[in-house]
Amino acid sequence: MGLKSVLRMTTAVVMLSFASMAPSYADTPPDTLVMATSIDGVTSFDPAEVFEFVGGEISNNVYLRLLVRNEADFSEVIGGAAESWEISEDGLTYTFRMRDGLTFASGAPVTAQDAAFSLQRVVKLGKSPAFILTQFGWTPENVEQNVTAQDDRTLVLRISEAFAPTLVLNALSSGVGSMVEKAVALSHEKDGDLGYDWLRSNSAGAGAFVLRAWQPNEAIVLEANESFYLGKPKLNRVIYRHVPEATAQRLMLERGDVDMARSLGAEQIDSLASNSDVKVEIDEKATVLYIGLNEKKPELQNPKVQEAIRLLVDYDGIGGTMLRHQYRVHQSVLAKGGFAALEELPYKQDLEKAKALLAEAGYPDGFNLELDVFAGAPYRDIGEALQANFAQAGIKVSVVASDRRQVLTKYRARNHQAVLMVWSPDYGDPHSTMDFFLSNPDNSDAGTAKTAAWRNSWFDPELKELADKAIHESDTEKRKAIYADIQRSLQTDSPFVVMFQQTEPVAMRSNVENWVSGPAFDTYVFRGITK
Amino acid sequence: MSSASPTGANGPLQNQALGTFAKNTFGFAVSLALTLLGLVLVTFLIARVVPIDPVLVMVGDRASPEAYEQARRAMGLDQPVYRQFLDYLGRSVMTGRDVLSDTLRAFPATLELALAATLIGAVLGVPAGVLAAVRRGRASDHLVRIISLIGYSLPVFWLGMVALLVFYARLGWVEGPGRIGIAYQYSVPGRTGFVLLDALLAGEWAAARNAFSHLILPACILGYVSMAFIARMTRSLMIEQLSQEYVLAARAKGVPASTVIWRHAFGNVIVQVITVITLTFAYLLEGAVLTETVFAWPGIGLYITQALFSADLNAVVGGTIVIGISFVFLNRGADLLYRIFDPRIR
Repeated sequence: MGLKSVLRMTTAVVMLSFASMAPSYADTPPDTLVMATSIDGVTSFDPAEVFEFVGGEISNNVYLRLLVRNEADFSEVIGGAAESWEISEDGLTYTFRMRDGLTFASGAPVTAQDAAFSLQRVVKLGKSPAFILTQFGWTPENVEQNVTAQDDRTLVLRISEAFAPTLVLNALSSGVGSMVEKAVALSHEKDGDLGYDWLRSNSAGAGAFVLRAWQPNEAIVLEANESFYLGKPKLNRVIYRHVPEATAQRLMLERGDVDMARSLGAEQIDSLASNSDVKVEIDEKATVLYIGLNEKKPELQNPKVQEAIRLLVDYDGIGGTMLRHQYRVHQSVLAKGGFAALEELPYKQDLEKAKALLAEAGYPDGFNLELDVFAGAPYRDIGEALQANFAQAGIKVSVVASDRRQVLTKYRARNHQAVLMVWSPDYGDPHSTMDFFLSNPDNSDAGTAKTAAWRNSWFDPELKELADKAIHESDTEKRKAIYADIQRSLQTDSPFVVMFQQTEPVAMRSNVENWVSGPAFDTYVFRGITK
Repeated sequence: MSSASPTGANGPLQNQALGTFAKNTFGFAVSLALTLLGLVLVTFLIARVVPIDPVLVMVGDRASPEAYEQARRAMGLDQPVYRQFLDYLGRSVMTGRDVLSDTLRAFPATLELALAATLIGAVLGVPAGVLAAVRRGRASDHLVRIISLIGYSLPVFWLGMVALLVFYARLGWVEGPGRIGIAYQYSVPGRTGFVLLDALLAGEWAAARNAFSHLILPACILGYVSMAFIARMTRSLMIEQLSQEYVLAARAKGVPASTVIWRHAFGNVIVQVITVITLTFAYLLEGAVLTETVFAWPGIGLYITQALFSADLNAVVGGTIVIGISFVFLNRGADLLYRIFDPRIR
């Protein structure tokens, strides 16, 4: 065979392969919502364990919770599996009436026994979110006495202290309040794990959808639960496709191979503006972005230095262009939109005042500071912007960008100097946030409560006392006022510099309607979506 | 690891041949075992120094001390290091599944892509290399060299992005990221793990076409990169052969040019070319992470990278072992091919 004929044949094969390809018909099935996002954080779908973004939003759609958030006003808690409840005079006993005729996706009725089992299970398994329930004095040993089913429709909860009812109800409306079908969980039980191993990748709930398949790093498939008590979801299926690259997500959205792209950056969102087949919705989330200053570093203990740092941040500059679509300026630990959030913005960049404060503190020429940030966008850019801001007063920042989990490992071991970090509440009550930022029972290196206060080697007993008062305050307005005081104090005198609140841009095909995301990582509601 | 080993199969007695076979098999098994042991040890040590706390990956950042301790114990991290080493093969922390089943799911995706890419690379690269060598210094030589240069100097990540933009988003000639369209994803029964093959076996022609259309772009990108390497190596090997005196003699005798090039010269470099192709293939098995990321291709490279970032020791080791085993077998396969093509080592 001559050289020419080999080349000719090769060319022919290549041409043929292209010719054989169909022109691509880019369209997702009409009864299916397909989302492109990254699902590599998913480790479990067991509602007693789920504590991350994708898992959280799926859990909210697969499991019906005892109480749920009102989709019209997410700060309000309304009945879910329970239709009504009563609180005893002393504030220690909560009695829930279960909804009549409610069934699991399997068809079995949702009883108070299932509800009691579900809550007990969270406490007994003791996974990460268990603290949301154990704070009510429940332990694996006593939870069976304190969480009981009086009959098929009456669930009784006894708590150890008279906590503010909003706190208790908010906690029960989080993922740990999910109703798990007792018989199914127990039928898959292995070595007393209450069905945990099976429920990591299967579902047994009464939510609007059923978890049909989870292929790690590939896809997650949810299928409509036809017997959902508020009516069958509008779409038959919701599919998550693992597309780690944002640009690939955008192209797939523009081609119509997916209906939504969930993790686009600011440039990608901008570039979609001219495409009439695609629209962008910007949802306000409860996540805040802050700098944590570790007081182990002597310079950072000084309140004047902390104040100077607050005055060096160019809030409007960073929030305006770099973080467009993704964050906006917010300066309190409680995010706007939630109960008791403070919307005051007392800080603006003021270089002269910052320099004067640094000089007063004994650092007229600044000092060196290491700032840990997540390596991805936009965090590295924010780190560099802060570096430029701080340099104006002589603080020489070296930005250390690492993998997210690496930064968390370092922060949790309080080995950082300064860290750029996100916080989102674990459940919809201010106490979730306050506990994280204020609680620090043992500020030594041996301390086991790895709260933000501990991580930054800081403790303010007076503020902690105020926070304790707030969780026992049954008057909602008074409770709100206490939280306002705490937030003001945190704004001016703490190692936390809260700068921004997250907004989540979601790009979707223009025919997708009724996208509901809610403020938290686990408040997404898919059942009303149409396309 | 193994390379071309003389078999000594020249004895007339059958039992001698059998003995040799047994010896070879034993040698192969020992080399396999040593390779794997070395791999496991090195991976274990590397994974130990990753500054990521695997417990955190499992329990999240906000876990209570009790929940953290519970997970740490469950993962065996409270045990001494040697016990961790003995225990650690098994389940993936990320997915909660057997590492074996995870890797068996991810590996065919990679293999499918690497096979297609190597095929494209070899089919284009070898003739291009030969052509460049034969026409050394002329226009076609320069063309091949420029194309190759571009192929191995452009970042594959960027190349993938641009290809997606042009052939998928703008022209719509091919399907985009992923292995198969969503409409077919759950209609094709997975028998072999090779989506294209599964679709063909099931007689689902539309699905097969769709899978092919998904495969062709990443395969062409990786194929192009492999072609660049294969063409360059083939060219230099051929140039050396073409300058030998036996080629001159054959030409002087009036042997047709194609026979001189293909039978005489190429016949003498074929073993080296096979080595080059095998190396390319091996590289694609473990080095296609970026392409897998851009094309959302759920392969072993993506799996191992993900596992590393989660400090998921078990998964990292599982994935590495799979790649290690395939390296050993690739070497073995190349040895066999040498024997077929080179009479001197038969």
